[in-house]
Amino acid sequence: MKRHTLSVLVENRAGVLSRVTGLFSRRGFNIESLAVGTSEEEGTSRITLVVFGDDREVEQVIKQLNKLIDVIKVSDLTDRERVERELALIKVAAEPGGVRAEVMQIATIFRSQIIDVGPKTVTLEVTGDSDKIDALQRLLAVYGIRELYRTGRIAVLRGQKTVMSEK
Amino acid sequence: MKTGAKVLIEGLLRQGTKTIFGYPGGVVLPIYDVLYDSPLEHILVRHEQAAAHAADGYARASGRVGVCLATSGPGACNLVTGIATAYMDSIPIVALTGQVPTSLLGNDAFQESDIHGITMPITKHNYLVSRAEDLPQVIAEAFYIASTGRPGPVLIDLPKDVSTGEVPEGIEFPTSVSLRGYQPTVKGHPRQIERAVDLMKRAQRPLLYAGGGVILSGADQELLALAERLGAPVTTTLMGLGAIRGDHPLNLGMLGMHGTAYANYAVTECDLLVAIGARFDDRVTGRIETFAPNAQVIHIDIDPAEIGKNKPVDVPIVGDVRQVLAQILARLPPRGSRTGPWLERVEHWRKTHPLVIRDDDLLHPQYVVRTLSELLDGDGVVVSEVGQNQMWTAQHFCFTKPRSWITSGGLGTMGYGLPASMGACVARPGEQVFLVAGDGSLQMNIQEFGTIAQYRIPVKVVVLNNGFLGMVRQWQELFYEHRYSYTELPQVDFVGIARAYGIDGMVVEERREVRDALRTAIAHEGPFIVDVRVVREENVFPMVPAGAAINEMIGSRQ
Repeated sequence: MKRHTLSVLVENRAGVLSRVTGLFSRRGFNIESLAVGTSEEEGTSRITLVVFGDDREVEQVIKQLNKLIDVIKVSDLTDRERVERELALIKVAAEPGGVRAEVMQIATIFRSQIIDVGPKTVTLEVTGDSDKIDALQRLLAVYGIRELYRTGRIAVLRGQKTVMSEK
Repeated sequence: MKTGAKVLIEGLLRQGTKTIFGYPGGVVLPIYDVLYDSPLEHILVRHEQAAAHAADGYARASGRVGVCLATSGPGACNLVTGIATAYMDSIPIVALTGQVPTSLLGNDAFQESDIHGITMPITKHNYLVSRAEDLPQVIAEAFYIASTGRPGPVLIDLPKDVSTGEVPEGIEFPTSVSLRGYQPTVKGHPRQIERAVDLMKRAQRPLLYAGGGVILSGADQELLALAERLGAPVTTTLMGLGAIRGDHPLNLGMLGMHGTAYANYAVTECDLLVAIGARFDDRVTGRIETFAPNAQVIHIDIDPAEIGKNKPVDVPIVGDVRQVLAQILARLPPRGSRTGPWLERVEHWRKTHPLVIRDDDLLHPQYVVRTLSELLDGDGVVVSEVGQNQMWTAQHFCFTKPRSWITSGGLGTMGYGLPASMGACVARPGEQVFLVAGDGSLQMNIQEFGTIAQYRIPVKVVVLNNGFLGMVRQWQELFYEHRYSYTELPQVDFVGIARAYGIDGMVVEERREVRDALRTAIAHEGPFIVDVRVVREENVFPMVPAGAAINEMIGSRQ
C-alpha cells in the first residue's frame, strides 16, 4: 500500500468529476486529496488525485479511468521526479498583544503571508508541499486554529517533460 | 424549423434503427407524437425493464444496436436492471429516457429522477442533453460508442424542452465520429503477437478458452482455424457458447462452476492457456490461485482493463479478437500432431466423466433440453432465464452457431429471458426462438405475455417447472442442510395465464410426452408455451463449490 499521485486530463463537461470519483468510491478507495482546474488547453480540465492503495488496485483504477470517454489522459506521477504544491488558508486565534507576535514570527519562518487580520484572529496563506503545510498546521494548533482550508495537491513533472509529451 | 423529437427519430433512422421497444409517459409525449406516423416500428412493452431486455435480446440476436425508450422518473428507473445486464455482458444498446424540462432539473419535479447520475456506473457512457441542436451529434456518438471497441449500453436523457425545442430544418447530421478520449486499439501489437506465436509453437498441452468476445467480434471462423491448426481443444464460457460447434471433436463445452469435468481438468492440466475475449470471471475460475496452475497465459481482449485484472498474464494482447487471431494465424505455421497425447488424455476424461442424465422414467429437465436440441438441430435461437434452467441449457443444448444462444451471464438477471426472446424474435423473423425458463424467473416479467400476444411475437416458451427457485434450493440442499428457506413456489397454471392473454400452450407431465409437445411448439404458427412439470429436486452437476479449485467438483464421477 502506498500513496499515489495521479494527474488526469479530462474534457470539461458536466458530470466528469462524478465519473472519475465514482471509479474510486465503488472500490472503497478514499480520495486523500483532489484538485481540479482548467489546463493549458481550452475546453479541458486537469484533476490531480492523491489516493492510498496497493499498486495493483491503483493500476486497475487507472485502466478504468482510461476507459471513460471524457478522460483524455491519465498519468501516474507517483514514482516520478516532480514538484508538488498545495495552498492552505489558516485562520488562527491570535489576540493583539498576546500571542499574535509569535504567530506572525512563525508565519515568517514558513514564508507564509498574513492575508487578513481581525480583532482576535490572523489569517495566514501558505504554499508548499504537504509536509510543510502539515508542520505549520501542527505549530499553529497550539494557538487554536479557527478554520483551515487546503486546496489539495497539484503536481508537475520536473524538467522539460510534460505529461502530454509522454506516451 | 423542426422539433428535437423529430431530430431524434430522424437520427435513429439514420443509424439504421428499425424497431424500438418502449413505454410512453408524460415527458416523452412529444417523442411519441413523432412516432405516431414514423416508419420507425415501436413495440409497446408492459414494463420498461422488458424494453431494455428486449433491446438487449435484439442486439445479441442481430449484432446491431438495440434501442429502448422510457419516460422520466419511474420509467427511467425501471430500465436500470436492463441497462446493467447489457453492461455486464458488453451488449450494445442505446437507452432513451425522457426527463423533466431543464428549468425543473434538480427540483424534485413530478416524475424526476437523476437517471444520468444513476446510470453512470452501469453505462459505457451517458448523456444529459441540454439543447435540441446537440441531438445529431449526441445520437451519432451514442451509437458509435455503444457498438465499437468493447460494446456496451449508452443512455441519452432528454429533457422535455429538448424534445420540443426547435432547430433549423436543415440541421446537419454528422457522418463520422471522432472522440479524443476514446480510441479503441483493434490491431494486436506485433511484438506480443510474435511472443504468442512463439508460445503456441512450443506448447505441448494448449487449451483455448473462448468467451463472449469471440461472438461479439464475429471471430468464430478464426477460433476454429486456430484450434485446428494448434490441435488445441476449446472450452467456452457461458457467453462464448456457439463460438465453436457443440459437436466439434475439439469442443469441451463450458468450463467453470457448472462446466464439464473434462473442460475443468483440461484447464488444470494445460501448459498454455489462450484466453480469447474472456475475462476470468469468478464463476469460471473458482479459486483463482489454482486456476490453470501449470499454464503460461496469453490473454487477448479489446479492453486493456481486463488484462491482468484477475489473473497474471504472460502475453497480453490488446485488440479486436478477430483481427488478433487473424494476425496470429498469418504467422503460425501448420504443425504436426504434437498434441496427440494431450488430446488422448482429454478424450479419456470426456469418456470417463461425461455429463450424465439419470436414465429412468422420470421427467428430468436435462432430457427436455436435449430433446429440444435434437429437434431444432442447430436452427434458431435459444434464450434462457437465470438459474438451473440456464445451466442445464448451457450444458445439454448443442449450439452450432454464434448468436444462437442468448442469456444474462454477468449480472444473472432473472426475468431477462422472456423480454429478451421477444427482442430476438423481432431481430430474426422467420426463425425459431425458444425460451427455456424456470417457473421462478418466468414470473419476474410474465406481464410480457401481453406484448407477445399483442404483436403475435412467435416466442416458444418451455418452462422447466419444478415449483422451486431451483438454484437457490440446490445451494440450500448442499450447503445449508436442506433448509429450504423461502424457495418453494406454489404451482401456477402457466398455460391458463397464457390463454388469458390469448396465447396457446400445453402441460407436459410425462417423459414420453416431451418430444411431441416440443414438436407441437415448433410447428405452431404464433407464440406457444409448454409447461413441463419436471423432477422437483434435480441438481445441476457437476458443481464447483464457491471458493474451491475448478478441478474439485461435486456430482461428477471421480
